[in-house]
Amino acid sequence: MADVTNADVDAAAAVSAVGKDAFARIVATLIRVTGDWTLAEDCAQEALTLALERWPKDGVPANPGGWLMTAARNRAIDVLRRVSTERRKLRELAALALTDPGPATARKEDVVDDRLRLIFTCCHPALRLEARVALTLRTICGVPTADIARAFLISESTMTRRLTRAKTKIADAGIPYRVPAGPALAERLPGVLAVLYLLFTRGYDAGGEPAFADEAIRLVRLLEQLMPDQPEISALQALFLFQHSRRDARRDADGNLLTLDRQDRSRWDHAAIAEGLAVLARTRQDGPYALQARIAACHATAASADATDWRAIATWYDELARIQPSPVIELNRAVAHGYAHGPAAGLALLAAARAGGALDDYPPAVAAEADLTARHGDRDRAAALFRQAADLSHVETERRALLDRADRLGS
Amino acid sequence: MKYMMFVCTDSEPDTDTAELPDIHTWVAENDARGRRLDGDQLAATSAATTVRVRNGELLVCDGPFTETKEVIVGYDLLECADLDEAIEIARTHPMAREGRIELRPFFSPRG
Repeated sequence: MADVTNADVDAAAAVSAVGKDAFARIVATLIRVTGDWTLAEDCAQEALTLALERWPKDGVPANPGGWLMTAARNRAIDVLRRVSTERRKLRELAALALTDPGPATARKEDVVDDRLRLIFTCCHPALRLEARVALTLRTICGVPTADIARAFLISESTMTRRLTRAKTKIADAGIPYRVPAGPALAERLPGVLAVLYLLFTRGYDAGGEPAFADEAIRLVRLLEQLMPDQPEISALQALFLFQHSRRDARRDADGNLLTLDRQDRSRWDHAAIAEGLAVLARTRQDGPYALQARIAACHATAASADATDWRAIATWYDELARIQPSPVIELNRAVAHGYAHGPAAGLALLAAARAGGALDDYPPAVAAEADLTARHGDRDRAAALFRQAADLSHVETERRALLDRADRLGS
Repeated sequence: MKYMMFVCTDSEPDTDTAELPDIHTWVAENDARGRRLDGDQLAATSAATTVRVRNGELLVCDGPFTETKEVIVGYDLLECADLDEAIEIARTHPMAREGRIELRPFFSPRG
């Protein structure tokens, strides 16, 4: 086996640094020209592999992104040459402008359009939501199928089938490779943002795949760069930054999840918070993500849990519940009112939120009722509720945190 | 691309009280733009007959009658650039609100 040299290490670092950004560009462009999703992914992957092989020997090229694009295009030409019916695609591939697709030229119309097209196609509502998330991870973020499968708790072969089915549906159903125009854009953008949000929570939730949160942030930054005039994109970016700023403070030494009031705020990422506040300051309209971001900003800027402006948060939740009513938002609204206006107010709103039964098996709802009940003075009932919430939870760290609270009330 | 647009009833129609679009206007407009090639209403499922052949024997029966209230009551044959155009046509059909529309592309062999 060959020794690992410094050149290998430098080249590997260069490939991973350029590769993440280049992957989506290459895949998006090759799909536009060939219409073949699998070919596009394979060629992008092979270009990265080739770079790992060549760059240690030949040195990192002056224009790594352009090098990768050329390698992927040449590979696609090789593959298509074997199929005599693909002459038109071959001509278009040969004519592809191989100018530097690096960040400096990211605003060039054709390059920008290709990646946006890819995002909107992957997030088309005619695909199942889970397929949209998986396809986004595979084709835009370049996450290996095995890693996606692990996060979705299914086998790699099942995930491969799911991705193939989605790509077949795109071709057979005639899902266009296009960014919707006019009023259709406003209708479709929330669906795209919902996929990014799901991707983020997949990375952020207990037991999730942390790298997915980074991918979601990378994608929302890309989307904001490509569509700078959409306030909800900026708002989502701010929301991600606030939540992500707590990534190092969310767990104790044993891996247990810590609620906001028990986190060491000095361990929050204050640069991320500052960036989130700057992004949010530019957002004037109050859509659902802007309201959530404003709530997250209240938490992020409070010097301590006691200093949290719960009245402001309760007001934002009132507004959020009005424009986007859902049981989970009603639950959070009840919690906020519980802090702003006392546990009795919180319990009353929570009872209303749980009336429909939608929150019955939802551990955070039972845990919230337990917390409000404890603060209202009924310790025995609160301890029982914490144990009930622990029974409902499937995440070990969350379960332990809930049992811990029950025990502390019992003593 | 050709799409078969199945016009179906739905157990939960739209509750919006806004006036429904006029079906004759819908037909005239899409015919004029060459996006609708054909279409018609179907008789009630009480007029339906099921035919099967099993081991050489012809089996004919009344129906099918299903418990579901969601049945195909008509069809339109569309010619569109892509799915998004078909969706734009389907959304303005009155039955998108009174019932639901299913879009099925025609089979095309891969080449």
